[in-house]
Amino acid sequence: MNDVLDVALRLVIVFAVFMVLPLVVGQTEHKVMAHMQGRLGPMYAGGFHGWAQLVADGVKFAQKEDIVPAEADRRIFQLAPAVALLPYLLVLVAIPIGPSEGAVGQVVDAGIFFVLAVMGVGVLGSLMAGWASANKFSLLGGLRTAAQLLAYELPMLLAAASVAMAAGTVSLPGILDAFEWWWLPWQIVGALVFFVAGLAELQRPPFDMPVADSEIIFGAYTEYTGLRFALFLLAEYAGIVVLCGLTTVLFLGGWHGPFGADGLGWVWTLLKTAVLAFVVIWLRVSYPRLREDQLQKLAWTTLIPLALAQIALTGIVKVAIS
Amino acid sequence: MTLAATAAHAALAAHPAPSGFLSPTGVEIAFLLVGIATLGAALVTVTTKQLVHAALWLVVALGGLAVEYLLLTAEFIAWVQVLIYVGSVVVLLLFGLMLTRAPIGRSPDADSGNRWAALGVAVAAAGALVWVVVDAFRTTWIDLDGPAQGSTEATGSFLFRHWVLPFEALSVLLLAALVGAIVLSRKRGKEQS
Repeated sequence: MNDVLDVALRLVIVFAVFMVLPLVVGQTEHKVMAHMQGRLGPMYAGGFHGWAQLVADGVKFAQKEDIVPAEADRRIFQLAPAVALLPYLLVLVAIPIGPSEGAVGQVVDAGIFFVLAVMGVGVLGSLMAGWASANKFSLLGGLRTAAQLLAYELPMLLAAASVAMAAGTVSLPGILDAFEWWWLPWQIVGALVFFVAGLAELQRPPFDMPVADSEIIFGAYTEYTGLRFALFLLAEYAGIVVLCGLTTVLFLGGWHGPFGADGLGWVWTLLKTAVLAFVVIWLRVSYPRLREDQLQKLAWTTLIPLALAQIALTGIVKVAIS
Repeated sequence: MTLAATAAHAALAAHPAPSGFLSPTGVEIAFLLVGIATLGAALVTVTTKQLVHAALWLVVALGGLAVEYLLLTAEFIAWVQVLIYVGSVVVLLLFGLMLTRAPIGRSPDADSGNRWAALGVAVAAAGALVWVVVDAFRTTWIDLDGPAQGSTEATGSFLFRHWVLPFEALSVLLLAALVGAIVLSRKRGKEQS
């Protein structure tokens, strides 16, 4: 009975984090973007600096009519948002937030492979949405999504493999246990490759070609309204949380910090994740959208060679110090 | 009825250990059910007339296989299966479908005169594989209470201690395929220009 209670409690906590953190990132994006662009952003909903804006947005989305286009493939069209969102919930289960046994939803032996595999499944949701909408813009968006995923999955995997080599394990808590501060300069190239490839996989600006609103309206999500559209948006922000959390765990040492290792580890994890999330928002405000050919070129001619070089460096140092 | 009962009795007598043939533990029942679902999804994949639906049913079949690996404690293999097949191969397939043609609804020409030959090859291949697996692992049982036998560490050391040569041969084969693909694509570019 105790075990059941333990599992249930962990799942409830993970679910709560999954519901709250993406909204926090979304609200931060509203405010940070606004201030970087010399405006105020939402100020009214909820009273204090518009903190309840996203809650109000959620209520608005829930009230809208759920429309399925007449020509669309109904079942796949309706299933797609769930396929896009649920993988991120699953990934969150495996990300350790602190040093103790209780600070991770579930210890997964092959943690890196688990998180990357499940995150890859999420993209199927966009592909299903793009195809099932029976809309040319949606289909183009789906195509671009697939091309982008194919290009950026490889550098992401290679960068993660470099950390796994350094730590000698593929389990996320195991990697954190093995972490030393000098891994930071050692793995910095891998970290950059991982973060950039992750941004591209999430289709965040400047890699938002698949949803480029000035060309193809909103890509695969063009035909969606109401709650299903909100689920796609939630998937994007959950993706930011997951990507930043993963980068923190793999490359920035997770709960390791200059002080307060006992009991304060989760603060370090959250702090590093928050800083990375801020960088994600910052990049959106500062960079113009990359063209499709530039996207592919960046992945195949820059990121993959960099990731391979990082793996070679990791191997050399690993052999040298052992 | 009596024949089945005797057979079951004989099977039990042959394995007096707690692990009788398909003794109804939860894991084995789950294994069977997932197996049936996987087989069903695979059948739908090859019989459906809707191209994209076939690709999506393939996701179900491959995911079901990953669950089977998980139930056999081979966690690493399971996640690699999801990563490579669901995350990359199916995405590539869908990309190809969307790039060429992916009509919503039935494709009347999604059929082939070779279907009986294909069925024959499939049945022969399945028969050979099932026979090999059954013959190889007939009396092997996985101890679910002990340390995981399919963990990443076990898989890695097994692969690189006992199966290094096939592994390296496979990687050379893949490299050859890669080089071949580049050569083919370059040749076509020259003809066009």
